[in-house]
Amino acid sequence: MASLRRETGAESAADGLGLSRLIPFGAFAPRTALLDREPSALAAFVSHPLTLRVLSALAICLAWEGAARIPISFAFPTFSATMVALWSMIADLSLVHAFAITLQPLVVGLLISTVLGVAIGVAMGLSAWVQWLVSPVFIVAQAAPLAALIPLIIFAYGIGLTAKTLVVCIMAMPVIVLNSYVAVRHAPVSLLEMGRSFLGGHRQVITRIILPAASPVIFAGLRLGCAAAFVGAILAELLITPVGIGDLITYNRSIADYPKMYAAILSIVVVSVLFIELLEVIEVTVFRPEKRARA
Amino acid sequence: MTIHAEPTTSPATVTDCAVELRGVSKVYAGGVHALDAVSVDFPRGRLTSLLGPSGCGKTTLLKIIAGLLPATSGEVLVNGKSVRGPGPERAFVFQDFALMPWATVLANVAFGLHLRGVGKAECQDTARHYIAEVGLSGFDDKYPHELSGGMRQRVGLARALAVKADVLLMDEPFSAVDEQTRRKFQEDLLRLRAIENKTFVFVTHSIEEAVYVSDRIVLLSTRPGRVSQVIAPDIPRGDDVDAIRRHPVYLDTVDTIWRGLKRYLD
Repeated sequence: MASLRRETGAESAADGLGLSRLIPFGAFAPRTALLDREPSALAAFVSHPLTLRVLSALAICLAWEGAARIPISFAFPTFSATMVALWSMIADLSLVHAFAITLQPLVVGLLISTVLGVAIGVAMGLSAWVQWLVSPVFIVAQAAPLAALIPLIIFAYGIGLTAKTLVVCIMAMPVIVLNSYVAVRHAPVSLLEMGRSFLGGHRQVITRIILPAASPVIFAGLRLGCAAAFVGAILAELLITPVGIGDLITYNRSIADYPKMYAAILSIVVVSVLFIELLEVIEVTVFRPEKRARA
Repeated sequence: MTIHAEPTTSPATVTDCAVELRGVSKVYAGGVHALDAVSVDFPRGRLTSLLGPSGCGKTTLLKIIAGLLPATSGEVLVNGKSVRGPGPERAFVFQDFALMPWATVLANVAFGLHLRGVGKAECQDTARHYIAEVGLSGFDDKYPHELSGGMRQRVGLARALAVKADVLLMDEPFSAVDEQTRRKFQEDLLRLRAIENKTFVFVTHSIEEAVYVSDRIVLLSTRPGRVSQVIAPDIPRGDDVDAIRRHPVYLDTVDTIWRGLKRYLD
């Protein structure tokens, strides 16, 4: 199933960033066999995940700066110019206003998709009847090219917040629904038998066993849904009405202010990553305390 | 071993068999005939093993007794009452431990009591008592992934003991742990059997294990499973648990069972 394949990709990507697990020099720092024999402070520092992540980010920034200085294209600003532009947009509040607009359909759409999507997906996992009734809608919705649907949405709902929220939902909900469904269906059989044999009622088995067991895959779906919601929100601003971050991108492109255009793009990428990291923090604190113990 | 039923748990009609099977058959939806008219009794306070070639339906039979699977025909009586589903007088120990990875040892052991609506303080007190009894004191706040396989099964055992059921159903409980741990478990089981007045139904595929721990061994035939023989090895289980493996009756019983089972292989 497509949702499963995509889910593993997102999991490894989230692990790679792992901003929520930044504990310097913890016991879980990976060590090579060589370093085990001769541990030194410098080696420990160099091989620490945090050091490596910072180095990785630095390498990208340097490569960006270098490539722009060659220059490879007049439309490709340097990293430093982009940072200056970013700071000026934060200082004159234009970026803040843009986010205030962009985040409205995004947050509303994401909340609706999360609540409704998880509920529908869990219901599908628990009842074959619901699954047969509902799954075709979401399988089609996941496969449908969104840009082709946007004219229909504009006809039906205009160009306001409703249409944009709907675009976010269409992007985010299918992957959340399908992951929740798969997660519930794959709850370990022996845990379900354990719940029944120790006299758990239907409701208790669902809340105390099925949902915690399903939560890692449900959250993998939420992370994918979150990323898709950002795609939907920006697409809506590029294709329906140019406002918010989408407007900053298109406007600065039209006046050839490329540092500002890159700064707007970079800011939405950073906010998207922070949203996904926040989801992981929620998952680990609320649902899977043993992952904290593992880290 | 003396047999005395606890007054609180003994049924109105006292029988000397905690579990009775009357012509239990099981045909799975796909047409697999797993069990064929199995009739056998499990005496109260004894440890009875179900032993047979792989695929003979031992685990199916245990799950039918547990009320996790319905029998196609026949009847299961526990304390004289017909079984319709899981009940408070039976507790299950799972082959793969079936621990909740997101819950601590304490929460896992207390889970059965918790589901029965026992108050939190009492749940935890009882759970701590049985955690200590299986030798895991100090591991209350650990998560299953922090324990070895043997320790995880001790948690599974403590959870089953904590609900104070009359009948303990054990589905190959030691098959997923290493050989040395398994031997220790077998000795511990004998000790547990001596102090806990319970009826044990023990599924195993190991002949030596069955003969070592059991009062009675029910041999099942190859599929569809039928009772082919019931053996009650007369081995003295004194203080020296190591002497059992050298006892002539132990060795003879292992040999007899192996001769009986060998014809089902190939």
